[in-house]
Amino acid sequence: MEQLNYRHIALSRAKGSRLQAVVGVVASGDLEVLVERTLPDGECEVDIRTPITGFGDVWRAVVADFVQLRSPGGLKLSVNDGGARPDMVSLRLAQAVRAVAGDRV
Amino acid sequence: MRDTGRRDRDQRLQAGARHAEGKRVHRQNATALLEAVIRPGDRVCLEGDNQKQADLLAVALAAADSATLHDLHLVRSGVVLPEHLDVFEKGIAKRLDYAYSGPQSARIARLLFGGKIELGAVHTYLELFARYYIDLTPQVALIAAVSADRHGNLYTGPNTEDTPAIVEATAFKDGVVIAQVNEIVDTLPRVDIPGDWVHFVVESGKPFYVEPLFTRDPAAITETQILTAMLAIKGIYAPYGVQRLNHGIGFNTAAIELLLPTYGERLGLKGKVASHWALNPHPTLIPAIESGWVRQIHSFGSEVGMDEYIRARSDVYFTGPDGSLRSNRAFCQMAGLYACDMFIGSTLQIDLKGNSSTVTVERVAGFGGAPNMGSDARGRRHPSQPWLQAGKEADPDGPAALRRGRKLVVQIGETFGDQNVPLFVEHLDALNLAEKLHLDLAPVMVYSDDVTHIVTEEGIANLLLCRDADEREQAIRGVAGYTQIGRERDAAMVQRLRERGVIRRPEDLGIDPLDADRRLLAARSIKDLVHWSGGLYAPPSKFRNW
Repeated sequence: MEQLNYRHIALSRAKGSRLQAVVGVVASGDLEVLVERTLPDGECEVDIRTPITGFGDVWRAVVADFVQLRSPGGLKLSVNDGGARPDMVSLRLAQAVRAVAGDRV
Repeated sequence: MRDTGRRDRDQRLQAGARHAEGKRVHRQNATALLEAVIRPGDRVCLEGDNQKQADLLAVALAAADSATLHDLHLVRSGVVLPEHLDVFEKGIAKRLDYAYSGPQSARIARLLFGGKIELGAVHTYLELFARYYIDLTPQVALIAAVSADRHGNLYTGPNTEDTPAIVEATAFKDGVVIAQVNEIVDTLPRVDIPGDWVHFVVESGKPFYVEPLFTRDPAAITETQILTAMLAIKGIYAPYGVQRLNHGIGFNTAAIELLLPTYGERLGLKGKVASHWALNPHPTLIPAIESGWVRQIHSFGSEVGMDEYIRARSDVYFTGPDGSLRSNRAFCQMAGLYACDMFIGSTLQIDLKGNSSTVTVERVAGFGGAPNMGSDARGRRHPSQPWLQAGKEADPDGPAALRRGRKLVVQIGETFGDQNVPLFVEHLDALNLAEKLHLDLAPVMVYSDDVTHIVTEEGIANLLLCRDADEREQAIRGVAGYTQIGRERDAAMVQRLRERGVIRRPEDLGIDPLDADRRLLAARSIKDLVHWSGGLYAPPSKFRNW
């Protein structure tokens, strides 16, 4: 089990007003994301627990692109990984931002 | 007279006749028949590809005494059953020319490295069939049919597949044809192979084995695969207007089939794309057929459970006077080569030039029909809109009337495959394999100069628009996602390629990755497919969970 933590400056506050949401499932090749609106508007934190070690560079790149693309200001995202591939991680992170905005998941 | 071949065949038939009553051979005598008819060093074609298997004859050959039968040269489409390799371990066979090996790909690699198999070449199907008529003509062919009558006429049924190509090459060049049949009957539903081309018939008493290789369970399709399918439909099918095509096996292409009646319909593409197919009867195409998308389909083989559905859809499929499917792998491969404007399929490894291969160091899988479908037919002379448009993109300044068109050869997949193995690599494992086995050619499935597009969840790379090797490499890196190849991209050059439309991201095509939702699939389970078929599709038990 590896724990990774990334903090970023976000350009703008994540849309919507919901305080928290959960997307995905902890299953093989998938992941669960708990998203909470607990940080100042310009900050974002992604906290990851993964059973697969040695992919820190990939996680760092995925999270950096996510923050740039989705601007998740004010959000803390906690990822419980089941060995998901990067494409699935990107998708679930984006879904989490949409869920906390109150849109359809 | 120069007829030594014919006299040789007569001697073989006489030797075999001791184990037969007329043409009929009891299945307990199958091995004795093979030992009598086949001679050491013979070239033998044992029928079997990625679907149908002459399984009884495979077992009978593997049971032969290697003191009597040895050093055979096996020429065959597929190395699939354990017995196909047992004959090499026992010394019955020595040399192998083939096209496909799925389940035995790991064991075949071990036997190659151990020197038990002398490898001729790994072919594409059509190429191997071609060699049956030039320099790999079999002395003996061991084939499979559904039923025979007492004259030896054969009904090969929906899974006719390779049989006509094998029998023609053998029977008309002094070879001996031995058929296993499920049963011997008085009257055949139709005659697929005339009896005077068939010398011995063995009644097996049970159906020959067929692998349901083309069945993909919609329940296992991921959102990323749906996203790649949306990209392909909107970014390739639509702009080129691809009507005549072949789909490889895989979940990405299954997703495309299931998106046609939903996403494709919404884009207004019905009747404009995906109407004429060289394709096996994929269950995942049922919703598109039922929604009126498909005009006609010619098939390499059948698919387990699809026979009744096909029988009821003769407007779409090629069927015989008895109403059942007539497939033919050689003709369908030819159709895929010359009469289709696009091949789209997945692969295991793509290098920086765009070469792709399904061979890894531990697994020598072969490629079946993909190198044929996935290649530009240099002999093609008839125009079509997608072919002309692709040719123009590759050579915009050439004179139109002298410019070759191009087949669209699309590789589609996720940037990471099973076990997080990257799709994109610096060097293909196929090169390491060629070096270790001292092969003249690395087993490349699709060559870089044939591939025109690569689709991943990150976008589409249009290699037709690349003007030099650097652009090509960066276009590939630019859709390679978070693989090492992808992360080592030249970001500025990738951005320039994107501005030129060489790389197109989902957002460039007006696609939001968050819309890639399983609810877009016209069927989300095997059971949904059964409903779509009006109860005519009968999935094999391993795909049933009800």
